[in-house]
Amino acid sequence: MSKPRTIIQKVWDNHVVAQQEGAPALLYIDLHLVHEVTSPQAFEGLRQRGLKVRQPSRTIATTDHSIPTTPRSLPIVDPIAATQVAKLESNCKEFGIPCFGFHSENQGIVHVMGPELGLTQPGMTVVCGDSHTATHGAFGALAFGIGTSQVEHVLATQCLLQQPSQSYEVRVDGVLKPGVTAKDIILALIARIGIGGGTASVFEYRGTAISSLSMEERMTVCNMSIEGGARAGLIAPDDTTYEYIHGRRFAPQGEAWDAAVARWRMLPTDEGAAYDKSIVIDANSLEPMITYGTNPGMGIAISQPVPTPDAGKDAIERDSIRKALDYMALEGGKPLLGHPVNVVFIGSCTNSRMSDLRQAAAILKGRKVSPSVRTMVVPGSQEVKRQAEAEGLHEVFRAAGAEWREAGCSMCIAMNGDQLAPGEYCVSTSNRNFEGRQGKGGRTFLASPLTAAASAIQGSIADVRSIL
Amino acid sequence: MIPFTTLTSRILPLPIDNIDTDQIIPARFLKTISKEGLDRNLFCDWRYHEDGSERADFILNQPEAQGAQILLAGDNFGCGSSREHAPWALTQFGFRAILSSSFADIFRGNALKNSLLPVVISEDVKQELFALRQKDAGVEVSIDLESQTLTLPDGRQVEFPVDPFSKYCLLNGVDELGYLVKHEAEIAAWEARQPWALNTLGA
Repeated sequence: MSKPRTIIQKVWDNHVVAQQEGAPALLYIDLHLVHEVTSPQAFEGLRQRGLKVRQPSRTIATTDHSIPTTPRSLPIVDPIAATQVAKLESNCKEFGIPCFGFHSENQGIVHVMGPELGLTQPGMTVVCGDSHTATHGAFGALAFGIGTSQVEHVLATQCLLQQPSQSYEVRVDGVLKPGVTAKDIILALIARIGIGGGTASVFEYRGTAISSLSMEERMTVCNMSIEGGARAGLIAPDDTTYEYIHGRRFAPQGEAWDAAVARWRMLPTDEGAAYDKSIVIDANSLEPMITYGTNPGMGIAISQPVPTPDAGKDAIERDSIRKALDYMALEGGKPLLGHPVNVVFIGSCTNSRMSDLRQAAAILKGRKVSPSVRTMVVPGSQEVKRQAEAEGLHEVFRAAGAEWREAGCSMCIAMNGDQLAPGEYCVSTSNRNFEGRQGKGGRTFLASPLTAAASAIQGSIADVRSIL
Repeated sequence: MIPFTTLTSRILPLPIDNIDTDQIIPARFLKTISKEGLDRNLFCDWRYHEDGSERADFILNQPEAQGAQILLAGDNFGCGSSREHAPWALTQFGFRAILSSSFADIFRGNALKNSLLPVVISEDVKQELFALRQKDAGVEVSIDLESQTLTLPDGRQVEFPVDPFSKYCLLNGVDELGYLVKHEAEIAAWEARQPWALNTLGA
């Protein structure tokens, strides 16, 4: 009998094209997602070397990072962004790559678009010049972010040179309490292990709390694997996965579907397979989480006080807490609950899908956001936008006083004019609270859509459980 | 790619853990379609005042930054976004190597592809170098990639890890794409064996 393997190992083994002594493996890439920010220099590299795109049929592009979220009838005002978006479209045309561009009805944040079109499938290798590519791991794919040189490598050869990763089991057992979401699971994990805790590893999320999550919730968890330092994070496929994929545009059809599901059922980790590392999280004891500092590992349960620098384990960590509190203008030992906020952002590849918008709408329905808070709701894709509008969610948001915008990365990365002013506080459903991430001098509290919506109403950081 | 063999330089200290790529080069500068001109905005938000004038207290603005090619940084350098603009900005400023106790995976890979050497040193050596640099802004260290050694100011040598393939590429100034392209026949054979394929065309 062969040695039991993890799903991580199986997907790896299935994609090794060549492996020479002393060199990394050539790993075949099944799906390459391309966007405007990290690709222009890669296409230029192809031109300089006279290379073509090897597999346009395994490549797809969209615009998400640089584009405005104002109505699509308006032009892209920023000339530099407009040039970048136009460059993506001309590069795709020149190299024969399908592109769901600015005016496409399928445009969306690349990690929202791929799954909703059925492009992301179990057992695949998926890459994109974006660190949140681990999102696709929710389907049991090995999905990771790459730099622009590697974007060029994959365009030219459909392969990457890769060193194997360590396997890191993240077991989450139990049942989430009301008001506690997938976002809180991942924020709690990162708070436990720190933002470098998963370096050189791939997470496999498993356990009863994981298998009971919907696909959209699984995407939220996998999305932030990079925030724990991991190269990727994935969840073994199951019936929830197959049900989500079935019938989607690029999913296998008919007999090919049956064959695919049979193949996918072989993927889950074998009984007795060993992991390099493991951690267990008790879902029953989780509370809504929120970050207080300037990296995603600086997170606390929402009822807890902000740590003081003494909580650091050594001088450097104490110093980094001090620096973070200074940047955030927060005092250690004080609660975050009730801290005033200026902006609430509901969106990003972490939390901009239908279930996120439905959760936020359930809180906002029949209520008003505080007049002191600008509340932005940015759907993850044109498809999400259409579906939300069909359900009337946009009316709920507008009636509550929130903005309902066009799809894109928006204030998660603040490249497109959607940004905080210096000193402003934002409760954000995005994935990074680094200094200046949402605009120079802006201050970010990462939290779930439920916490964000409750905070918008209260005008300050709120515990959603008090209004459920 | 420019070969990397040996390097002797003064060191510039940034004693901060978890320096993320949003600090190295903020996202608002990623709208460019070129690799060039990023050095001006390296560490932009730490380096300039609101009005664009330089902050005198930031290390890159101090006279000893001129000509220094080695950055000494806190743990988990380069975490966050996958932007290769980070190593582009660092190399355009003049850095050829970064010393730290650990690097984030994507940054490390991107740096190696741009002839920027990430040198992993122990926590003790890192602290010692920060202390030495604090006493003397002129201290120099030497890196020899062939022997994988870092020579400290007092002449002691410490070894550092580099995977053999990256080392070969750096020493010879060759990039990975050439190696990948040479495997065309194996890639084609692998593709032919696959029972299923994705087709994004006709989209």
